[in-house]
Amino acid sequence: MRDFDYIRPATIPDAIAAAAEPGSAYLAGGTNLLDLMKGGIASPERIVDISRLPELNRIERLDDGGLRIGALVRNADLAHDAAFAKAYPAVAEALLSGASAQLRNAATVGGNLLQRTRCSYFYDTASACNKREPGAGCDALGGENRLHAVLGWSDACIATHPSDFCVPLVALDAVVEIEGKEGRRHVTLAEFHRLPGETPQRENALEPGDLIVAVRLPAEAASFAANARYLKVRERTSYAFAVVSAAAALVVDGGKIRAARLALGGVAAKPWRARSAEAVLLGADANEATFASAANAALADASPSGDNAFKIELARRIVVRALTSALAGTPERLPALPASPFSSAPGARHDA
Amino acid sequence: MTSLPITLTINGHRHELEVDPRVTLLDLLRERLDLTGTKKGCDRGQCGACTVLVDGKRINSCLALAVSHDGADVLTIEGVAHGEELHPVQAAFIAHDGFQCGFCTPGQIMSTLGLIAEGQAGDDPERIREGLSGNICRCAAYGGIVEAVLEAQEKLATADRRAAA
Ligand SMILES: Cc1cc2nc3c(=O)[nH]c(=O)nc-3n(C[C@H](O)[C@H](O)[C@H](O)COP(=O)(O)OP(=O)(O)OC[C@H]3O[C@@H](n4cnc5c(N)ncnc54)[C@H](O)[C@@H]3O)c2cc1C
Ligand code: SF4
Ligand code: FES
Ligand code: FES
Repeated sequence: MRDFDYIRPATIPDAIAAAAEPGSAYLAGGTNLLDLMKGGIASPERIVDISRLPELNRIERLDDGGLRIGALVRNADLAHDAAFAKAYPAVAEALLSGASAQLRNAATVGGNLLQRTRCSYFYDTASACNKREPGAGCDALGGENRLHAVLGWSDACIATHPSDFCVPLVALDAVVEIEGKEGRRHVTLAEFHRLPGETPQRENALEPGDLIVAVRLPAEAASFAANARYLKVRERTSYAFAVVSAAAALVVDGGKIRAARLALGGVAAKPWRARSAEAVLLGADANEATFASAANAALADASPSGDNAFKIELARRIVVRALTSALAGTPERLPALPASPFSSAPGARHDA
Repeated sequence: MTSLPITLTINGHRHELEVDPRVTLLDLLRERLDLTGTKKGCDRGQCGACTVLVDGKRINSCLALAVSHDGADVLTIEGVAHGEELHPVQAAFIAHDGFQCGFCTPGQIMSTLGLIAEGQAGDDPERIREGLSGNICRCAAYGGIVEAVLEAQEKLATADRRAAA
């Protein structure tokens, strides 16, 4: 690991001023940044340790009924907060399906949003990668790419965003609260991550020095609590990134869908909100035929970026299954294997 | 960059140290303090061999900078037994053949202590398996480990009930 300066600012303005200097990187839980530094993929000259900044580790209820989650709240603490899990069960389920207990105890809300892709060519510094080195080319194109993107990819980059947490968040209209040199601003999570286009190295809406201070969930997000699930297929039943995942949330009344939210993970460079599928669901009868049409709408624009055509059909099926699970109702207690389709739905067997 | 001063309490002992900011908690424990019970497997957060408790919570010490944990209370496998008397989790691992070559066992035991403290698994073997899935062992001692966790939890709960009575 290359030598770096280490500073631990006491205030948010000090942190922003330090991180605005070229070559700086924030350190929160460190579970992604240190991994990248060990691999020589990231080599900051200055580490700005924000892990102890005050006031960023709180979960606050807002006057308008929304929720504000500080950027330094640990993934495990958020998922195990009983009131949080009750109001936003799909978010808790996504958090608990990610990484391992050890990593979730260290990983933070802000860091999870900003974790880098797990594209193996991005991780291998001997490979060409436009994201690591703009203009270098992309060895994933024509390479080992069965896990790469099927939506929103470009010839410059076909990588996916690996976060689980972000998938239900984007479905529930989460907003990222950012503080920078010019003050505070709010960006919806849907607009926060970028598609690759010609500039895959630009992954999000942050400018140098910008600090994520919180993630907000609007009041309406809790109205889906009774019928919300996250489903994640991976190459083993736990401790692996998603091949494809889906967050589904419904409000159903008299057999009709009154409100619907759907997002996919593992399919694109950003958490993928499936608005065309939501339009199919809205007002329709809550049944399998509707869910199948919604799944077709969600994947209508999908195309393989290599050996991954199977992902398109897999994603359709995961959408149907996530919607079916959501319709069946949120389990009282999360299943033993969160988000796993191999867990006996909806968790009843595991309730002692 | 020059070394930075930090203070850590490790297994109840206070250490004042000067560390290069690049040093991970894992390397500090093993290379500087000769606490080699904590193992280095992957060094990248993927195997759990380096699991320690920091302020009561299990983390991967390979992905933790020592400087970032200035002031923390760290528990490693060396601090788990009471003198010659094994911790109930250690005893249960032995009784149920929970370790084989023993390389991953320290991490498994620290992870089990974290799992029990988190109180999420109860007596459900499937929750225990999921809760310990961050600890990967090629000796395939998993079945014995689940038995050991069930027994240790039972013993610890009985001890707690006695203490409360
Ligand atoms: C083996 C392994 C398996 C994993 N499996 C999964 C999985 O299945 N699902 C999943 O979702 N994730 C998974 N992860 C990723 C893990 O969730 C992330 O590493 C973690 O969420 C990052 O959080 P952190 O606080 O440790 O971030 P750090 O590593 O500290 O930071 C990550 C990035 O975010 C920046 N940053 C951090 N906080 C802020 C802030 N407040 N403002 C601005 N910038 C900031 C840092 O500069 C850095 O660039 C896995 C990780 C590992 C190592
Ligand atoms: S897919 Fe993107 S991240 Fe992977 S090698 Fe190509 S440019 Fe790099
Ligand atoms: S050595 Fe830390 S997780 Fe493998
Ligand atoms: S105990 Fe031998 S590899 Fe795990």
